[in-house]
Amino acid sequence: MNRIRPFDHLILILGTLFMCVPVLVAVMTSTHSAVDIHMNGLYLTPGDNAVETYQTVLTRQGGFTGQVTGMTMLMNSLILGVGFAVGKIVLSMAAAYALVYFRFRFATFLFWIIFTTLLLPLEVRIMPSYQVMSSLGLLNSYTGLIVPLLASATGTFYFRQFFKSVPDELLEAARIDGAGPWKFLWDVLIPLSKTMMAAIFIIMFVYGWNQYLWPMLMTTEERFFTLMRGIKQILQVWIGSQIPDYNEAFALAVLALLPPVIVVVVFQRWFIKGLTESDK
Amino acid sequence: MASITITDVSKTYPGAPAPSVTGINLSIRDGEFIVLVGPSGCGKSTLLRMVAGLEDISGGEVRIGDRVVNRLDPADRDIAMVFQNYALYPHMTVRENMAYGLKNRRTPKAEIETRVAEAARMLELGPYLDRKPRALSGGQRQRVAMGRAVVRQPSAFLFDEPLSNLDAKLRVTMRGEIRRLQKRLGTTALYVTHDQLEAMTLADRLVVLNGGRIEQVGAPLDIYHRPASTFVASFIGSPAMNLLDAGLEGARLRLGTSVIELGHLPAARGAVTLGIRAEDLTPAATGLPFRPDFIEELGAQRLVHGHIEGQPVVLALDPAVPVGSEMRLSVAAARLHLFDTTSGRRIATAARPGLAVTETA
Ligand SMILES: Nc1ncnc2c1ncn2[C@@H]1O[C@H](COP(=O)(O)OP(=O)(O)O)[C@@H](O)[C@H]1O
Ligand SMILES: [Mg+2]
Repeated sequence: MNRIRPFDHLILILGTLFMCVPVLVAVMTSTHSAVDIHMNGLYLTPGDNAVETYQTVLTRQGGFTGQVTGMTMLMNSLILGVGFAVGKIVLSMAAAYALVYFRFRFATFLFWIIFTTLLLPLEVRIMPSYQVMSSLGLLNSYTGLIVPLLASATGTFYFRQFFKSVPDELLEAARIDGAGPWKFLWDVLIPLSKTMMAAIFIIMFVYGWNQYLWPMLMTTEERFFTLMRGIKQILQVWIGSQIPDYNEAFALAVLALLPPVIVVVVFQRWFIKGLTESDK
Repeated sequence: MASITITDVSKTYPGAPAPSVTGINLSIRDGEFIVLVGPSGCGKSTLLRMVAGLEDISGGEVRIGDRVVNRLDPADRDIAMVFQNYALYPHMTVRENMAYGLKNRRTPKAEIETRVAEAARMLELGPYLDRKPRALSGGQRQRVAMGRAVVRQPSAFLFDEPLSNLDAKLRVTMRGEIRRLQKRLGTTALYVTHDQLEAMTLADRLVVLNGGRIEQVGAPLDIYHRPASTFVASFIGSPAMNLLDAGLEGARLRLGTSVIELGHLPAARGAVTLGIRAEDLTPAATGLPFRPDFIEELGAQRLVHGHIEGQPVVLALDPAVPVGSEMRLSVAAARLHLFDTTSGRRIATAARPGLAVTETA
């Protein structure tokens, strides 16, 4: 059984390289100057331009208005990612709680209606959503950026399945212990849902972080620029003989990569800990 | 501490064609230990959960103390419940589990601490107070569940098969512990089980349920010695009471070719069901012909399975008594139980002691 099989290892190593080399290339190339990159192509070795490039990217006042720095864009992306994740968790948890624990007519029917919206991607309703936000005067605001995307069928579905797996006796014990609906949610269900929340946070944060089309539609002011739009912006300057700032684009890409990685690493640890520890 | 009065209570689940529980009348005295026993699906849990307030009461009235509780929330009924699967809050420590109900009732902190400490001492949970339930064994979890009930100092304890998830040995220990605790606290207890042995050993009074109705209520030994129906006779006691088809001819009972002299005139005639406990049959020189099939050794006694007049019979014998291939058995007339064959109800017998069985071929 434990015989080392070189071929298996070869495949695994190739797979790892396939995943990692592009990231490595991005990191390494971002440490060279734009001119070098333009002449020599991509790098696999570190250069000496790292500090300067990253400093420029994070702090240079750019854009038409001279208002946006890399920091601003990073903040905006974070607000979007965290806002999405937290908002979606709160909303879908509330919806699932009502669907599972409150007896009202058509609960299952309502659930299936919510569920079918899973089949529709954001792009399908992006125009009507835009129009609604526009009439409400919420274009160019964080509210307009975040709120329309909060309703989450995926989250509601996951929380509903989780709540259904919580034994009924727990609810009954809590009722006898004098816990009303609110207390039961707060004292019992939310602590039990920690792993679920961690998982959904990871998914939704990355989802929000990676939004490109939606912020582009909803915001025209540069102070709402996210990292994703920043990267695009840098590569758009083909004016005359000017060389695009490849190094800065790569640096921004690396920066854009970091927060999701941190979120996944942190929450995954919590997630796995919760999975192995909890027995309902 | 309180009495519980159940009057004409019934329960029909929404959408169910027939009621799960009907016509229950039961009056439980303060401090009494009542066990609801019956086969699976007979409505024990349903009845208990109606008392707890976890199910709506379809008809009738439940009183705890002098309050009608039909419309009260479980939390306001002043009861505590222990569940089969413990239902401990997995994310809370043992201490928090026990304190949760008191905290919700805004009991002062110091009071909570004393009560939890007292319960932990009684149940020997002291060393585990800061552990989470998952770090406890089944028996310990069950004790925490009982601790959670005890700290509340309720009017009544409700137990729904609390020992069914434990292994046989632990079940016996915990049984004793529950009984001791209940006697010591003097709290009224309503206990549900499908295990007749558990029921016999715990109960002040037994309530035997069958198909949603009360079959018989009484002290364990009364029920054992005077079962009100063939159902009770076969459910209570192990091995189950032998039930044989027989015919009444005046004061004589005909069993195949054998005849038993009852020595009195029972209030019935024709076909009846005869009940005999396994330990009431004794080997004798003359009597009913018994053909043994096989033996179950239990150590202190042995169960001999066989046939009398072609009808299956179990016999409990001392291991010292030899078992032949053909035996004769006698039984005291006072130990015979007669039941109506169609309704299964007990037929009153004014049996006088000392009358033995004769047999004619
Ligand atoms: N929630 C429910 N909905 C419909 N029928 C139920 C429900 N709970 C129990 N029953 C029915 O009521 C009867 C009694 O159930 P239960 O009280 O749980 O029995 P026991 O505890 O004696 O095993 C059973 O026939 C069962 O199918
Ligand atoms: Mg039950």
